[in-house]
Amino acid sequence: MSDLNNMTAAESAATKAAVMNQVPGPEIEGQSPLHHADLASLAKQGPKTGGIHLREQKLLGHLTLRCNAENAEQLAAVERVLGVALPLQPLTSTENGNYSIRWMSPDEWLILVPGLETFDIETKFRDEMPGHYSLVNSSGGSTVLELSGENVVDLLKKATPVDLHSKSFPVGKVVSTLFAKSTATIRRTGEQRFELVIRRSFSDYLWLWLQDASLEFGLVVEA
Amino acid sequence: MLHIYCPHCAEYREEDEFHCAGQAHIARPLDPEACSDQEWGEYLFFRKNPRGLHHELWVHAAGCRKFFNMTRDTQSYEIKEVYKIGEQPSVVAE
Repeated sequence: MSDLNNMTAAESAATKAAVMNQVPGPEIEGQSPLHHADLASLAKQGPKTGGIHLREQKLLGHLTLRCNAENAEQLAAVERVLGVALPLQPLTSTENGNYSIRWMSPDEWLILVPGLETFDIETKFRDEMPGHYSLVNSSGGSTVLELSGENVVDLLKKATPVDLHSKSFPVGKVVSTLFAKSTATIRRTGEQRFELVIRRSFSDYLWLWLQDASLEFGLVVEA
Repeated sequence: MLHIYCPHCAEYREEDEFHCAGQAHIARPLDPEACSDQEWGEYLFFRKNPRGLHHELWVHAAGCRKFFNMTRDTQSYEIKEVYKIGEQPSVVAE
């Protein structure tokens, strides 16, 4: 087995062989995990006012990066590819335009990018990243729900044990935690705005759960 | 319900997010082939069950998914300290 920290150019090129573009192209329409819920029609027909606004950020590229937070070369390479540094403090996130990076654990980050750019970014990582690291396209495994509105904190309180007060959960903070008997990675993007990265297999359950939990506030689906 | 400090996330979380993975600091025999049946059996199956201080391995299963150690009093459920893998406990039974 070759030393992954000191690869020859040929060995390094061979690691790119496993990368394939999982998105066939803009001409073929993908289906998000909540395709069957037909959120687009609900957005047109449903109520326009309510305490909870829900939008699915569908078909984003989800890249799971694992590397060494103490390796300055790897940190610099990430910054070259995404234009933004990895968040090294626990439970924080960084973003640059459409790219956002969530701290998942001391050596793991979740990078969200626009779906059609995923393959480009993955390829750039293979070109730029030195040493021993792992980058996996996990786009198919999860989806992102954006929840906002004046009652959004009341809604989340029903689902998760995490303290959502803005003192302990400021804008930009990320927590992976339990969410309504499932799990979610919750990121606060505004005082009354949250992004939830949820498992594909739980998306229908959470969609049903969110509809029920937001009955008392009124649910507005946005496309 | 325990309120547990995760040393990787650097904050307190509910016990629901964690799993206990049993006794900590169990060293695997360096040469398993050279173990007697008794030594191997004790390594695999025999665990402490103290009344009082106990060093346990926990995993932040719903959070950062990292393991860490905890010193806990099995009688009062009081958590004495948490420390990362590879570190030694500062609170030990006398």
